[in-house]
Amino acid sequence: MEFLVCISKAPDTTTRIAFTDGDTRFNEEGVQFIVNPYDEWYALVRALEIVEAQGGKVVIASVGGADCDPILRKALAIGAHEAVRIDAQPQDAMQVAAEIAAYAKGQSFDAILCGKETIDHNSSAVPAMIAEHLDVPCIALATSLDYADGQAILTRETVNGIEKISVNGTFVLSAAKGMAEQRIPNMRGIMAARSKPLQVVAAQGAATGTRIERFALPPEKAGVKLVDADNPAELVRLLREEAKVI
Amino acid sequence: MKCIAFIQTKGGQATKASLEAAGFATRIGETVAVVSGDINGDAGLGAVGINRVLQGAGDLDDSQLGRLVSAAAQQEDASVVVCAQDHLGKAIAGRVAVRLGAGLVAGVTEAPEGDSYTRNVFSGKATAHIKGNTDKLVVTTTPNAIGMPPPAAGTASIEAFNADLGERKVNILEAAAPSSGGRAPLPEAELVVSAGRGMKGPENWGLIEELADAVGATTACSRPVSDIGWRPHHEHVGQTGIAIRPNLYIAIGISGAIQHLAGVNGSKVIVVVNKDPEAPFFKAADYGIVGDAFDVVPKLTEAFKAL
Repeated sequence: MEFLVCISKAPDTTTRIAFTDGDTRFNEEGVQFIVNPYDEWYALVRALEIVEAQGGKVVIASVGGADCDPILRKALAIGAHEAVRIDAQPQDAMQVAAEIAAYAKGQSFDAILCGKETIDHNSSAVPAMIAEHLDVPCIALATSLDYADGQAILTRETVNGIEKISVNGTFVLSAAKGMAEQRIPNMRGIMAARSKPLQVVAAQGAATGTRIERFALPPEKAGVKLVDADNPAELVRLLREEAKVI
Repeated sequence: MKCIAFIQTKGGQATKASLEAAGFATRIGETVAVVSGDINGDAGLGAVGINRVLQGAGDLDDSQLGRLVSAAAQQEDASVVVCAQDHLGKAIAGRVAVRLGAGLVAGVTEAPEGDSYTRNVFSGKATAHIKGNTDKLVVTTTPNAIGMPPPAAGTASIEAFNADLGERKVNILEAAAPSSGGRAPLPEAELVVSAGRGMKGPENWGLIEELADAVGATTACSRPVSDIGWRPHHEHVGQTGIAIRPNLYIAIGISGAIQHLAGVNGSKVIVVVNKDPEAPFFKAADYGIVGDAFDVVPKLTEAFKAL
């Protein structure tokens, strides 16, 4: 089995969000960057588990500048075999998906795994776009992946509940909770990652489809209104008469 | 400007999230709806201001649906394609965008302002105002964010619509619906009662169910609770579970870690019940009760029943 796992650089979950340049750019000063959790915990770890059991290779790919390399090394430390960095600043989903698809087109991956969304842009857009470029199925919000007699069997979340499906041939998936559990890289993995191949390839110069005009922070909350624990009826009254939500 | 709205149906009726998407599209321009498979009447679309429905084949996979919607957009010469940012929307919006060479603005949370669209970024900690760089645009709407359009009196006409859809590549082996006990599914629920480790064990969830029944709410839980198996995974709301934005979110015995807030910070009103007055959740709450859940919840249930 050969898997391509798409990795995105994301600000740590606890980052205090601030903007700069007239609210047009995310202020990266002092921000700790991590591997996007869904890419790492779910997509990468499941690909590694399957390859460890059945043999094969896990290649990770990211669209980004040299500032992405520490993130790729972290994913290599967790166990990925090779890394590819497509050398372009990521601007939007359309551009990133086109670059990943252009790289994957010349290869023979059994599946391309992504996290269900990034924790900074939250679009859930890239996996389906890669799939359309490659004309293969996209299994969105997949919660498990197994192979039986060479055929991929997956479960996914749907509006109606859970579906168990099979797919023929190459496919793209976006991984949701349930797919795998987080793995902490050990010292041996961290040492080994230093000598694993990290290839930088030129970008295609893919076009963007959207641009961010400006960011905004949500208005501050007015502060919590506390109700006495012995008088929940007052809370119900406030919800009805003041907040008007019931 | 002409729009296509892709409508997902359940039991022949458009889902609530799809009706919101259709209403959103009508604010941008004249909108034609696209459905896949059988519908009841006009699937409820006339009531949100849609006049025409293109009805494509049923039982399609994501790739085929992408082709169906793209072909409809081409036939109608639509500039904007809208669908809900739900499970299916996430599987097909990107496909339609690539087929049409259109930019994608995913998960819009407010009505359109000219050619600018507002969406949440950084897991709800900020918003971004987005514009398209392409002639055509695909826009998906976050469920429960835009609100339902004002009711219209019309009935939509149905036209059969055929397009080259290619072959089906995904085979469904089994489908299971989680038992929601007759409550609204979490992503669509307007009222949610959620509980965390403060409930001390799964045997105490009866208190939460009773409160939810009294409120008419759907139940949810925090991540630790689903991780240790007290509640099923599909009830887990938060960054790694599902993100929801109900009108009312009542959190019982949940401390309010930043990862939990990321999944619920779009809620209109947040009520927190926690015995620890220092629980971080109180900072994000509109209303709060400092008290023991086992003491407060039964009283709160009675107060809701008395309405």
